[in-house]
Amino acid sequence: MPVQALQCKECHEQYPLDARYVCDRCFGPLEVKYDYSGLDPDGARRKIQAGPRSIWRYSDFLPFESRPPAPLTTGTTPLLKADRLAERLGLREVYVKNDAANPTHSFKDRVVTIALAKARELGYKIVACPSTGNLANAVAAHAAANGLESYVFIPADLEEQKILATGVYGTTLVKVRGSYDDVNRLCMELASEREDWAFVNVNVRPYYAEGSKTLGYEIAEQLAFTLPDRVVCPIASGSLFTKIARGFQEWQEVGLIADADKQPVFNGAQGEGCAPVATAFSEGWEICKPVRPSGIAKSLAIGNPADGPYALELARKSGGTVESVSDDEIREGIRLLAETTGVFTETAGGTTTAVLRKLAERGDIDRDERVVLVITGEGLKTLDAVRDTFEAHEIDPSTKAFEALEGTSVRA
Amino acid sequence: MPGPMAVTVKIPTQLRSVTGGEAETSVEDATTVGEVLDGLYERFDGLRERIAEDGDLRRFVNVYVEGEDIRFLDGLETPVEDGDEVTILPAVAGG
Repeated sequence: MPVQALQCKECHEQYPLDARYVCDRCFGPLEVKYDYSGLDPDGARRKIQAGPRSIWRYSDFLPFESRPPAPLTTGTTPLLKADRLAERLGLREVYVKNDAANPTHSFKDRVVTIALAKARELGYKIVACPSTGNLANAVAAHAAANGLESYVFIPADLEEQKILATGVYGTTLVKVRGSYDDVNRLCMELASEREDWAFVNVNVRPYYAEGSKTLGYEIAEQLAFTLPDRVVCPIASGSLFTKIARGFQEWQEVGLIADADKQPVFNGAQGEGCAPVATAFSEGWEICKPVRPSGIAKSLAIGNPADGPYALELARKSGGTVESVSDDEIREGIRLLAETTGVFTETAGGTTTAVLRKLAERGDIDRDERVVLVITGEGLKTLDAVRDTFEAHEIDPSTKAFEALEGTSVRA
Repeated sequence: MPGPMAVTVKIPTQLRSVTGGEAETSVEDATTVGEVLDGLYERFDGLRERIAEDGDLRRFVNVYVEGEDIRFLDGLETPVEDGDEVTILPAVAGG
C-alpha cells in the first residue's frame, strides 16, 4: 500500500504513522503522506471497480497497509441527478451527493470508520470525540459495532434528536455547558492527559480526515472518472471541504482522472450565525477570526475552524467563494431540496442548498456547468427547522369532510 | 503579606519536551499574556521558536485565559490576574 508517513502541512517535517496530530517543530497540522509512484492507473481503476460497495474500494488511497476490520458498511452513497432542482435554479446539470445514506445518516461515518480502524490498529480500547452532533452519532455507533468503549462530548444545547441518536448506542454521553469550541478545548486538554484514549478528531485526526477524501473519490467515480465543474459544500472545520479537493487532486496525480489540469470551483457554505470562514473570505484575510456561534445550523457551529486557512486557500485558488446564508434561507433551502429531489436534509444541507441557490440567482454559475451539491446529513436529526413551515389538514373520517376541505383550501 | 503575583500555565503534550516534561508551571509578576509567555521563553530554551514567529503567536497556536480564547480578549495584551490559569493548545483539532 502506498501509505508512507505523517507529514506537517506547514514545514513538511515527517513523523511515523502513530497517534499524533501536531508538528513538534512548528505546531502545524499533520497529514498522511502517500507514495503513488508505483500505482498503475488502469490497475487501480479495475481494483476500485471490483472492490466492495463501501469506502474500502478505495483502500489504496487510505492510511492502512492492509484492509482493517470495519463492522459497519460506510460509503457508496447515491449521486442523484437533480433535474427539477436544476430547472428551478436555471441550471442544466446539478447532482446531489446524498451522504445522509450512511449508517448513522451523515458523512461522519466516513471519517469515523477510518479513525476507529486506525485506533484499533494502534491498540486503543477507548475512543472519544468533541462533537456538534453528527460525529457523536457516528462515534457512539461505530464504537458499539467495534466493541470499543466510548466517550462523547457535546454542547449541552444540541438538538434533541442528535442527543437521542447518540445515547442509544450505550456511549458515555457528556453534555458540556458551553459552545462546541469550549467542548473542543476541553477535549484537547483531556487528550493531553488521557494517553490511552483515541480522540477521533484530536490525536488521530490525520487519519480521521482521510475518510473525507472518499466522498471526493465517490463523486469522481460516479461521474465516470471525471470531475465536476463546481462543488458546493458546507464548511464547519473546513476539513471535508479541503479533503474532497484533495481526493480529486490525488486521482489526477495518479492518472485516474484523465484531465490532469481541471480545477473544479469550490464554494463553501456557512450559516450567518457562525461564518468565520465566509467573513475571512470576504475580508480578504488569510486566517479566520474566531466567532461565538448562534443560529440553527448547529452541525456547522464551529467558531474556531481548524482548517479555516486551508479552506480559504482552496476557495480562492479554485475561483470559488465562501458564502453565508440566514436561518430563514437555510429553512427555505431544506424545503427546496426536499420538494425538488425527495431528499430531506438537516440544517447543514439546507445551508448548502441555500448557497447554491444564492450563487445561481447571482449569476455566478454558468448554465452549462456540471454542479455537485454535497448533502452531508439527514433531516430527521433537525426536525425543529421545518416545524410550522407547512400545514397538516385535520378532518373527520368522512368523504364529506374531505370534499369540504378540498372546496376551501386544498388543491391537489 | 501577599506573595508575588502568580499565574498557572498549562502546557500541552507537544511542548513538554522543552519544559522538561512539566505539564503545568507558574509565572510570577506578569500582568499580560505576552509577559507570561516572555517569562516562559526565558525559562524554557527553544519554546519561543516552537510557538511564536515574528513576535506573534504562530497561526496554529491557541492561548486561553480562564478558558477564554485570547482572540476574544486583547490578544497578547490581555491582562492576567493572580491565580489565573493560562492554557496553551494546538489549534488543529476538532470538526
